[in-house]
Amino acid sequence: MADVAARGAVRGSGALTSDGRSSLHKLMQRKSTIAFLMALPLITLIAVLVAYPAGYAVYLAMLNKGMNRFVGLGNFGFLFGRDTFWMVVYQSCLFAITAVIFKAIIGFVVAHFVHNIPSKGQRKWRGMLLVPWVIPPAMSTLAWLWLFDPSYSAFNWILEHIGMDRVAWLGETGWARFSVILVNVWIGSPFFMIMYLAALKSVPEQLYEAASIDGATWWQRIWYVTLPMMRNIIAITALFSLIVTFANFDIVRVLTKGDPLNTTHVFATWAFRVGIESGDIPLGAAVSLFMVPILAVAATFILRDITKRGSEV
Amino acid sequence: MAQVTLRKVVKKYDEVLAVRGIDLDITDKEFIVLVGPSGCGKSTTLRMIAGLEEISGGDIAIGGDIVNDVPPKDRDIAMVFQNYALYPHMNVYENMSFGLKLKRTPRNEIERRVKQAAQILDITELLDRKPKQLSGGQRQRVAMGRAIVRDPKVFLFDEPLSNLDAKLRVQMRTEIKKVHQKVRTTTVYVTHDQVEAMTLADRVVVMNAGLIEQVGSPNDLYHSPATKFVAGFIGSPAMNFIPCQVEQAAGALRVRVNDTLAFPVPADRTARYTPHAGKPNVVLGLRPEHIAETRPHIEPNQHDFSQVIEVVEPMGMETLVYFTLAGIEVCGRVNPNAGATADKAMTLRADLSNMHLIDDSTGKVL
Repeated sequence: MADVAARGAVRGSGALTSDGRSSLHKLMQRKSTIAFLMALPLITLIAVLVAYPAGYAVYLAMLNKGMNRFVGLGNFGFLFGRDTFWMVVYQSCLFAITAVIFKAIIGFVVAHFVHNIPSKGQRKWRGMLLVPWVIPPAMSTLAWLWLFDPSYSAFNWILEHIGMDRVAWLGETGWARFSVILVNVWIGSPFFMIMYLAALKSVPEQLYEAASIDGATWWQRIWYVTLPMMRNIIAITALFSLIVTFANFDIVRVLTKGDPLNTTHVFATWAFRVGIESGDIPLGAAVSLFMVPILAVAATFILRDITKRGSEV
Repeated sequence: MAQVTLRKVVKKYDEVLAVRGIDLDITDKEFIVLVGPSGCGKSTTLRMIAGLEEISGGDIAIGGDIVNDVPPKDRDIAMVFQNYALYPHMNVYENMSFGLKLKRTPRNEIERRVKQAAQILDITELLDRKPKQLSGGQRQRVAMGRAIVRDPKVFLFDEPLSNLDAKLRVQMRTEIKKVHQKVRTTTVYVTHDQVEAMTLADRVVVMNAGLIEQVGSPNDLYHSPATKFVAGFIGSPAMNFIPCQVEQAAGALRVRVNDTLAFPVPADRTARYTPHAGKPNVVLGLRPEHIAETRPHIEPNQHDFSQVIEVVEPMGMETLVYFTLAGIEVCGRVNPNAGATADKAMTLRADLSNMHLIDDSTGKVL
């Protein structure tokens, strides 16, 4: 209403001034113009920090190693023919999916425990459980590096004391993959915990009471009440974490640098190895660009599901 | 058969006693209403019957079996919550069938029962909708439907109408009564609204400060309240409590309100009230409907007196008049055509055959 009135007033005053000035005045008064102007700082920021680097990466990926000749999709074709590339695809997916599943499960279970702690002590526990997520990952991963040390580590010391063989945590493909996933789960679970805890708190207590009167056991209450009520949060958290985990760099870089024999490389660390360490920047850019279509497919599926349910609940 | 029995039931929250040892016998098929002001322990009592609150002392039995430590899911009860507590992600059919599904009832049996309940409640065309798409009254019906399909031993209602607007509340009240007449399940209903309590209940339980003040039929509570609290809680507008003195003069017993006004006590109550003659802290209880305008012929136990009216509230079918007696604001109910005017004296008639005499120090009706 106010907008209509304002526009009417503008039209009235426009008749008194010259046509050019009035149309500029009108343009400035329009809601969409104001909205655009207010969004402009963000648009600039996205253009400088997201659109330009993304465009530049696409451009780089189409150059030769010396960056003086345009090779089109040649770098991509080259990658398709290399076994290491397909191993990185496999390892990135394995790393991201396994880690997200475990982070989600652990976050869900821990959130339930914390939710059931009386509110007096809850803050303390919440704070302590967030610590792994708050410490810079490069720092905490260094600590893990020591825990995984083949000769002097706490883990191997314990294994020896209970009469088991030492484990080459970062030296064998299987164990190395396990280790990087373990550290990622350790760092990322608190994020799931805090998201799920917030979601749990928003489920009305009376729904649980109604369910228990309807005859539901604790497991049925989780299955029929908690999970459906948290579906959107679970999906969004999983998607968000999937993207971050898929693009992870620091944990793998600090722990294994992609070894043994490149088997723990994910896209980001391999792109770094190829682009920076081996000096083939266009090929590195091509590697990193491969994350886009894979994540786009995942994002589309999950977000579509959320909008569908968002409109019905 | 599902009678519900409460024996010396206590509920303690840390050091606060919410329910202080109540005894109650609810017979099979009975509609019991727990009524009282906020914080009187009525909802806590209901939740203890449901098993949602642990009891701190005493015993609760449903159908003869003590259920103190039985979880809600095994008590075979159904509950309707104040905010309905419908599962938002399930449609009406799924909401209503959820309890039966958990009990692994055969699918065609579930369908039969849900359809039957939907018919009783007139919500058949809503079965595919989500709770979000329903109005308050419709949600209320679905919540009741969810209770009915389970065919439980006991229905529990926790202030089910307080989220509805006034008109819908009256409509749903009748609806609840109709449903009870059809399905005849033992029902415990909690409300703070005394009109709801009076209209629905076979017996009303008036609670105050964690204790039961009185249990009785709506008419019993209205005509023979046991305490000042019940006398004041039941009836609207509330009963007038006028400080007075019982005096014996010339062989007759009178209730003196002030220097100029004393009401003669009805002959059938003389023996009952004589021992209280001259005692302090006595209060005369007289409902507004027993203070009316004067009429040509006087009947036994009626007494005319004149008073300046301070406020007049026309209600349509009656008019409420307020005046001061013995320093207390007193309400009377007069005929709209009686010509009550503010700041003018009016001759009123008190019907003392319905009077109550209350000992203000104990709160008991004498």
